[in-house]
Amino acid sequence: MRRYLEIYSIMLRNSLIRELSFKANFILWMVVEVLWFCGQIVFFSIIFGQVDRIGDWTKWEVVLLVGTHQMIAQLFQAFFFVNVANLPELVRTGKLDSLLVLPIDSQFAISTKQFGLDSVINAGLGGVVVCFSLAQLGLVPSAMSILLYLAALVFGVAVHYSIMLSLAAVSFWIVRAQGLVYGYFNFLNIARYPDVIYPRVFRFVFGWIIPVVIIANIPARILIKPLGQPAWLMFHLIAASTIAFWLSRVFWRFALRHYSSASS
Amino acid sequence: MTSAKIYKYISVFNIGLQNTFVYRWNYFLRAIFGLIPLAGTVFLWRAIFHERGGGLHGYDYGSMIYYYLLTLLVSNLVTPTEDEWQIAADIREGQINSFLTKPMSYLAYRFSIFLSARLVYTAVTLPPIALIFLYFRHYITLPGDAMTYVYTLISLLMAAFMQFFITYSLAMMAFWILEISTVVFIVYSFEYFLGGQMFPIDIMPPAVQLVMKWLPFYYELFCPIAIFMGRLQGAELAQALSIQASWLVVSWMAARFMWKRGLGHYQAVGG
Repeated sequence: MRRYLEIYSIMLRNSLIRELSFKANFILWMVVEVLWFCGQIVFFSIIFGQVDRIGDWTKWEVVLLVGTHQMIAQLFQAFFFVNVANLPELVRTGKLDSLLVLPIDSQFAISTKQFGLDSVINAGLGGVVVCFSLAQLGLVPSAMSILLYLAALVFGVAVHYSIMLSLAAVSFWIVRAQGLVYGYFNFLNIARYPDVIYPRVFRFVFGWIIPVVIIANIPARILIKPLGQPAWLMFHLIAASTIAFWLSRVFWRFALRHYSSASS
Repeated sequence: MTSAKIYKYISVFNIGLQNTFVYRWNYFLRAIFGLIPLAGTVFLWRAIFHERGGGLHGYDYGSMIYYYLLTLLVSNLVTPTEDEWQIAADIREGQINSFLTKPMSYLAYRFSIFLSARLVYTAVTLPPIALIFLYFRHYITLPGDAMTYVYTLISLLMAAFMQFFITYSLAMMAFWILEISTVVFIVYSFEYFLGGQMFPIDIMPPAVQLVMKWLPFYYELFCPIAIFMGRLQGAELAQALSIQASWLVVSWMAARFMWKRGLGHYQAVGG
């Protein structure tokens, strides 16, 4: 475990150095993310110009939900996205070999190579929106709910990671699997809508089997809806994300056995 | 154009067909996954209309769903998917050297590839989309007036040309900068929100709409759909079509200008 921490800190340092040497690119990527985030908020403010609430969600509660999802998605992008998204390319070119021969866990090796500072800053922006929404709602959450909220964010990141890894692992069978990476963005899309809009069957499938709907909804509910059942919600999130993570690891190992190197 | 010239580009078109067809599974997966956000959108609007209990800027639940179905279909028809990355790679890796020596316009070459890719993409993604249309068949209303089809077709063609020229101009930036993806994604986010992919433009406040009408994004996707749904008529329709035609000319000139300036800057790396 300590060895992995050491390796990870070296990789973090390397990618920071690399990133800061391309400053313009760094800033432009932040602009892209900020634009998308603002677009989401504008979309919901147009909708809430027409209705007062969606189910039991009011305007600022939904903004808080979007901000929460922004934090989770950006944290995932900061630590894992580029690495896992690059897997299809590694498989296609045969460059995966050099990672597989390393004396560390293969999943760790492909997941942690790069780190994006710009996404961490964008996650911070999501946090600012969450705080602003709390102020608009006039809510001061208890220390306990804040703690639960922060823990829930981590489990949300785990769900993102599991989905992305499973999609990317399909590239062992299909060459040129960029379509799969788009699949991830499509799943992400339904994660930031309030859970009440979904019918029961849909909510079960995307709450337990592919648990995207709960990624942001459960943390947001824990933070702002003290009358809910935080224990049950937390249990749901922990159980579903652990199962998803475990399944993605099993699938990764299974897929890896199908790897036939493309290089000489 | 002489027939020999046309033949040349027809064979490029054929090659493009074959190259795209190799990746049919990639496209098919993309189309299937593309249905997930559609489900989210449908449920979200169902909840909104349920809450509101009435129409919204002339849309009801059915016509709103119909709108999103049409964006799905039209964006498959007119939006380039990988062209910008391919063109940028051609430039970065020095592949365009071989085009400079051929008696062929790079713009026309890329356009033939674009057409063939759209054809294959639409064909591959049609079965899932057709099923969705079938499922929502009660919400589909076809225009009664024959001229509406003509106007829609004209607008659709102009949208396709515009999108191609814009993509081409953006990709030309690879002559100056190594990595064009940030620029591409910035423009893409404008297209997504201001082009009608996220929501129909005409539910926005009137003042905002007035500005949007003069921006090119409005004409990349929303305009043909609005015409088809009968939401643009009479003087408004004429105005929209003429603004769209102007943007088409501007984007075409931009594409030619970027190519000319880019070549002046080009140093033929690799080759």
